Amino acid sequence: MSDITKRSLTELVESIKNKKLSSSEVTKAFIERSEKSRVLNAFITEDFTSALDKAKKFDQKPNLNLKLPGIPMAVKDLFCTKNVKTTAGSKILNNFVPTYESTVTENIWSEGAILLGKLNCDEFAMGSSNETSFFGNVQNPIDKNLVPGGSSGGSASAVAAQLTPITIGTDTGGSIRQPASFTGTVGLKPTYGSCSRYGIVAFASSLDQAGPMAQNVKDCALLQEVISSFDTKDSTSIDFKRSHYSKDLTNNIKGKKIGIPKEYRVDGMPKEIEDLWQKGIEYVRDCGAEIINISLPHTSYALPTYYIVAPAEASSNLARYDGVKYGYRANGENLIDMYEKTRSEGFGAEVQRRIMIGTYVLSSGYYDAYYLKAQKVRRLIKNDFDEAYKKVDAILTPSTPSAAFKIGEKTNDPVSMYLNDIFTVPVNLAGLPGISIPAGHDTKGYPLGLQIIGKAFDEQNILNIAYAMEEKINFKNKITDWWIK
Amino acid sequence: MSIDLKTIKHISKLSRISVDEQRAKKLVGDLNSIFDFIEKLNELKTENVKPLTSIAETTLKLRSDEVQSRNIREQIIKNSPQDNEDYFVVPKVIE
Repeated sequence: MSDITKRSLTELVESIKNKKLSSSEVTKAFIERSEKSRVLNAFITEDFTSALDKAKKFDQKPNLNLKLPGIPMAVKDLFCTKNVKTTAGSKILNNFVPTYESTVTENIWSEGAILLGKLNCDEFAMGSSNETSFFGNVQNPIDKNLVPGGSSGGSASAVAAQLTPITIGTDTGGSIRQPASFTGTVGLKPTYGSCSRYGIVAFASSLDQAGPMAQNVKDCALLQEVISSFDTKDSTSIDFKRSHYSKDLTNNIKGKKIGIPKEYRVDGMPKEIEDLWQKGIEYVRDCGAEIINISLPHTSYALPTYYIVAPAEASSNLARYDGVKYGYRANGENLIDMYEKTRSEGFGAEVQRRIMIGTYVLSSGYYDAYYLKAQKVRRLIKNDFDEAYKKVDAILTPSTPSAAFKIGEKTNDPVSMYLNDIFTVPVNLAGLPGISIPAGHDTKGYPLGLQIIGKAFDEQNILNIAYAMEEKINFKNKITDWWIK
Repeated sequence: MSIDLKTIKHISKLSRISVDEQRAKKLVGDLNSIFDFIEKLNELKTENVKPLTSIAETTLKLRSDEVQSRNIREQIIKNSPQDNEDYFVVPKVIE
């Protein structure tokens, strides 16, 4: 039984389809391991009893034609799940029970998967270390008191620690790829418009995308195939021909042109990141791809642009939390006082900070200088990529400027925390797909990731490159189960 | 450009987030360091650049105006911090 949780999603699907394992056996194994792993604090809400019931029901009448037959799965607590508490990692939604299901999770359940529970994340997905969650820090299974990254920190920790065979996160500026990189897992941020945003607690609507987080590229491709769909409930969902990502997965990337952007060689980049990138370049070359040096001249402007656009959209999206129809309410002397106290007590410090930045850059007299300016620079950043893609099929970069850091190390300096996303943010601003794959370790044995950025709607291509590289890299995560007594 | 205590209090009012004196002072420091970092954008000339407002350049699609979720009033009311069975209750707004 104990080795069930060690298997990949693809292996588990096969075992259930071959009737070598039942959904109940698989579900029970993940629940048992999760119960022994509460120290990691990966879950906000466990839904284990209900998961076992659903597994039993599945086994009574198994539909083995589904893509995720009877597979248990925990999801980031930013996805609304019908009748199951959804908090977005915030006190202000501490008691919110949605009456509807997000499209992405609906797609997952309709392919046979079973909800295990809701995973911890930074409050409203605002953070890079999972330290802004109202429900406490998440431990990275790689080492004690190490952050798992963020905002999808609970998701990354749960996949790396094998508490769930696979999961979904959301990525607004790197929230899937950075935690994937910090935990030695694979994380894909799809093209904007690929996965529906319906039922995902909104942070910055022009940047938010849901995506899979997995142990390997093949599993990641399979989940992407399930969650990507055109949805009329999301006005920015795009109707394009979606590929059968897992069936069409190939490690043949001969002749592909891979761009190496010189601007990603940032000042003060640790040598181990530089070396990892160089190794990555050699791997793709070994696979028969062609390396081309490119330039993305506005790269250094991406982070400042993001810290105008994302807070601006957040300040508008989070205006709905007023203590009236749902969520936390503080008592006030009058209506306005109630609003102000509710939001002051209900939101954590980082969320308040971002709402205030956003309010400021949209306020009268500052809109042109900040918000409009940022939208213009966003165009320049997108144009850089458009230019580059005239010459190359994909771009290879490091995923993060460093490996995972210790809990508390960066909490006092917001700007140094923001710098974590320096390589991932440009991808969201340009609406492109990007995948992070584990590619090596730093001197302490912590995982490091490489990012492959694709053309819009070209997920298949970056999955293929990731698949080919994965084979060459042959990465092994160093997890000792230190948290299990 | 720097953000002073008065500006913080103004933004706090616009954001409907009450902040006490101590927190306001901390926010002055935080926001100034963030805006110092944001000022980098002024290095770029952008007079002739069209702002990018949406990455998905689609036109809004229309769909028929049909009720899709029915009989969920009770559940929705149940999520409210204070209710009177059929209504959301807020502090008195009319004297």
